Amino acid sequence: MSLFITAGYPDLDSTVDLILGFDKNGADIIELGMPFSDPLADGPTIQYSSNVAISNGITMKRIFEIVREVRKTSEIPIILMGYINPIYKYGVNSFCNDAIESGVDGLIIPDTPPEESSIIAVEAKKAGLEMIYLVAPNTSDRRMQLVDDLSSGFVYCVSVTGVTGARSGDEVAHSVGKFIERVKTNVTKNPILVGFGIKNHEDAKRIAQKADGYIVGSALIETIRNHYPNKDWKVHVFNFVKKLKFGNL
Amino acid sequence: MYGGKFVPEILIPALEELEEAYHQVQSDPLFQKEYHDLLREYVGRPTKLTLANRLTDHYGRAKIYLKREDLCHTGAHKINNAIGQLLLAKRMGKSRIIAETGAGQHGVATATACAKFGFECVIYMGAEDMERQRLNVDRMRLLGAEVRSVESGSKTLKDATNEAIRDWVTNVENTFYIIGSVVGPHPYPMMTRNFHRVIGEETMEQLRYSEGELPDYLIACVGGGSNAIGFFYPFIENENVKMIGIEAAGLGADTDQTAATLSIGTPGILHGSMSYLLHNEEGQIQLAHSISAGLDYPGVGPEHSYLHDTKRVHYYGITDREAMDAVRLVSEKEGIIPAIETAHAFAYLEKLMPLTQRDEIVVVNCSGRGDKDMETISRWFHENQKL
Repeated sequence: MSLFITAGYPDLDSTVDLILGFDKNGADIIELGMPFSDPLADGPTIQYSSNVAISNGITMKRIFEIVREVRKTSEIPIILMGYINPIYKYGVNSFCNDAIESGVDGLIIPDTPPEESSIIAVEAKKAGLEMIYLVAPNTSDRRMQLVDDLSSGFVYCVSVTGVTGARSGDEVAHSVGKFIERVKTNVTKNPILVGFGIKNHEDAKRIAQKADGYIVGSALIETIRNHYPNKDWKVHVFNFVKKLKFGNL
Repeated sequence: MYGGKFVPEILIPALEELEEAYHQVQSDPLFQKEYHDLLREYVGRPTKLTLANRLTDHYGRAKIYLKREDLCHTGAHKINNAIGQLLLAKRMGKSRIIAETGAGQHGVATATACAKFGFECVIYMGAEDMERQRLNVDRMRLLGAEVRSVESGSKTLKDATNEAIRDWVTNVENTFYIIGSVVGPHPYPMMTRNFHRVIGEETMEQLRYSEGELPDYLIACVGGGSNAIGFFYPFIENENVKMIGIEAAGLGADTDQTAATLSIGTPGILHGSMSYLLHNEEGQIQLAHSISAGLDYPGVGPEHSYLHDTKRVHYYGITDREAMDAVRLVSEKEGIIPAIETAHAFAYLEKLMPLTQRDEIVVVNCSGRGDKDMETISRWFHENQKL
């Protein structure tokens, strides 16, 4: 189970606690979102959390500090996920070096497909970061093989055509079976993790039977949004995470 | 270095399909005939090249000509591209058209083309722009388009573009995205430029007839930069033709209320391509400001970035106030109320004309007419007690 959270949401200080709590409650990988003002692959939920985080004053340096802080007590794999412009502005080379130095394991950059990977792939590899590329339902077999060759860590399988968080779990479950089968025959070197539209344990369980893992983002951020800033908001969020993975215990 | 395909994986097959289809129609005489017939019979091309004699007398220097894109059907150059891309969509068997719009001119052009061919049409427009350009919103609705208000971010063109891309990602199978400027992922900037090249080609032909020579200066306004690139492109090889692209400086390029991307921006990636951008230290896109909704964009077409770096085209910022002064001047001297976007190009005459000679020729691309801006224009002149 991989969990996505926007760095600096709902506030700057909670991100470290959230990641450590996710680790304790069943997460296997953390995708830490680097907020961007114009997240064109994201639905309303992640647009919202990105805006809040930017208003909170999140910076790239602060994101690296968060990772450094987590690394003091946790070895959970951390993948930074975000759009290319903030990375480009930071300087691709410094970004890769600072990322690996702070304890980041890999990168997902949804607006940098294999065609444009030369902007960062060499630097990332030199620094020792995994590069995770995406496949979608309309990706051809041949292209899936290319993505498999370029990727390390895992391949991110976008379950439906659409933005993050937009589709219902049922819709995803119905259409996704055949697609995952096709991914599995073409992506053979890397594990496949399925994301987009997974909202609860039932969705997750269905995906877990077919793929190597699943990714939850928007539903987790919605949960935070519903409970923050009530006194026990983190308890609710961690319960959600536990239930996501293990169901009702 | 500029351009590219910085888009989510889902759009890559769509861009490949588009590229292939565009490549085919470029050399398809049937497509080209249909396109040029429509430009002639429906858009009203060729548009006139008008000698602006009173404006010429006013400055007492070089002769000023206007390329009259304001006379195109719908009132601006945008329709050249909307018709071209719609024909391509038809050829590709897409049933649904989406577009973003800032000032509303591209939205109107797209809605018009969709009405003419019976296509479903959804236009994304920033809530703030809908307020500034109410007449164009009603025009689009009258033409049968659905106008969706975009409430995210700055509620202007940049956010409308984000939302159109999100729609495209979701409905990629049946939907064709008609981008309104020379921005976005490849092949859009090239394709849109080529659908507007007719502006420069006609200008060259018309000047050869009336003057027997090439122009000395070309001036056009630049938001994304579609009218400018269409106007400049056929002249690029002629080193003696000096070209000036006019950006909106808003309240001034040294303030934070500006849209002068090339003058003060730095390279970055937005809406699928690398180009100059207005963004902060963290790479977050900054809000652009211009009194003109059509120039209110924090990016610019990648080819303009290239022409800026190579200094083939010079880019210059004009403020809101300078543009509005030009609206008045051109209206009074030539009987043409220009769009506020276009007025930015005219305003540069104040700087350029004293440096020109009487035997030189200046051509301004009169990219659109000002009817759509009358509310903004009235408000401005009433506030400044000049009307």
